[in-house]
Amino acid sequence: MEPIIRAENLKFSYKNQEDGKEYEVLKGIDMEVRKGEFLCVLGHNGSGKSTLAKHFNSILVPTEGKVFVGDMDTSEEDKLFDIRQRVGMVFQNPDNQIVATIVEEDVAFAPENLGLPREEIISRVDFALKTVNMEAYRNHAPHKLSGGQKQRVAIAGVLAMMPEVIVLDEPTAMLDPVGRKEIMNTIKTLNREKGMTVVLITHYMDEAAEADRILVMDKGKIKMEGTPKEVFSKVDEVKAIGLDVPQATALAYELNKNGFNLPLDILNTEDCVSNIIKELEND
Amino acid sequence: MFKDITLGQFFPGDSFVHRLDPRTKICLSLIFIVLVFLANSILGFALLGGFILLVAIITKIPLKFMIRGLKTIMFFIVLTAFFNLFLSTGTVIWQWRFLKITDRGLELALTMIARLVLLIFGTSILTLTTSPIALTDGIEALLRPFKKIKLPVHELAMMMTIALRFIPTLIDETDKIIKAQTARGTDFESGNLIRRAKALIPILIPLFISSFRRADDLALAMECRCYNGGENRTRMKVLEMKAIDFVGWGVTLALGVIVIILNYVRI
Repeated sequence: MEPIIRAENLKFSYKNQEDGKEYEVLKGIDMEVRKGEFLCVLGHNGSGKSTLAKHFNSILVPTEGKVFVGDMDTSEEDKLFDIRQRVGMVFQNPDNQIVATIVEEDVAFAPENLGLPREEIISRVDFALKTVNMEAYRNHAPHKLSGGQKQRVAIAGVLAMMPEVIVLDEPTAMLDPVGRKEIMNTIKTLNREKGMTVVLITHYMDEAAEADRILVMDKGKIKMEGTPKEVFSKVDEVKAIGLDVPQATALAYELNKNGFNLPLDILNTEDCVSNIIKELEND
Repeated sequence: MFKDITLGQFFPGDSFVHRLDPRTKICLSLIFIVLVFLANSILGFALLGGFILLVAIITKIPLKFMIRGLKTIMFFIVLTAFFNLFLSTGTVIWQWRFLKITDRGLELALTMIARLVLLIFGTSILTLTTSPIALTDGIEALLRPFKKIKLPVHELAMMMTIALRFIPTLIDETDKIIKAQTARGTDFESGNLIRRAKALIPILIPLFISSFRRADDLALAMECRCYNGGENRTRMKVLEMKAIDFVGWGVTLALGVIVIILNYVRI
């Protein structure tokens, strides 16, 4: 599959204003985002995963190395708007991303900035609101919506740009369980039904388990890469980085320590249950 | 405690006045204000009063909403009336010790009261029938010609929109901070004025810090959505003058002509 975003030996460091020291956040990253995939970047706080995401639409530019979106170098300033239109970004706090006082006007914000004709803006707003399933709220005030609904409006606001890739930087971190589920369903619809390339930055294992491919980051480097099954079955390696594996995998792992012989690529409850039943019947 | 605050004083509805273009309403309100100060005949005031009452009835806004606007400037009205009544020169018609009322004073006081009341009613109708967003759009459209003299019209309108958008968010936040600080033992209710003012500091500082953080986030999110100021920007909602707007203009202008004529036809 052809890559849409490509990072080559990406390094990023910044100077702390207080102690004047240089901090290297990204220490040489080579990776790519492939067309149509659902990629998850996993890592705990301070692993550099958000910093990496900010390179995808040139909010940050590399100190060393290169990042390409298509064949555009993100450090070229005249390509800035092209890059940002192709790579949309959704952030953690939905409250701080919504600009307008009415849902549909907020979704229209990006196409208005692109200077599109009026009919085109209206059709994009319709499309975006329909995709995130928020059409019924188009004339509502954003502050009266729930967290999950607000975040869906924020996603619609990015979709209205018609990006090729949508990057979500911990979009569920401030939401309740219901809101998290809403957002994960929206992300899955985007990827599976609309064929949108999705990059999800998260520290929730259960969300990562839904992805096609996972990159695990630790201390500014990519430590593991592979499908969720490949990554999470290496339980010891994942734990060494300080991350957890999904609950189902963890259960299988613990049972194996006590004489069970379960496969470790179990990611969800259903698989876990059926495998345990099979194991018990065999005994 | 802050939950019930409504933005501005917009009273939603679907009347003739509600459906007027915000630009029309702003202009007509300005014309009305000018007329209120031009009028100097009893009949003129009666006509203006009748007109605004008719408009109020059309909008179906309860009268108490209109009167609420008066309360805030009641003190000002009474004060102006008092000075005009007792401190004007003219033929004395009533006197008690040093207080005297002249015919001229009475006339001036009544005119002043009529003007202030009409002024408040006129502007209240504008803000009661126009949502803050429509008002912002209207102001932006009306100020657009001033772009030529480098007035940052789009930026001003964007600031107003963002302010409106964040008022409820910051109110919620203030509420949370007050609760958090109360839980830590801050006492907001007792003590003298200075002590109570000092108690506000632990609310204001976190509120300021979080506002800056929000501003930072919002700026980033706006840049990610290709915001580049007002240049080459198009709008989804375009204001359009419709037939009812011309009716509104016609009626108000006719009213204006009559009021001015009445000034010269002294009864």
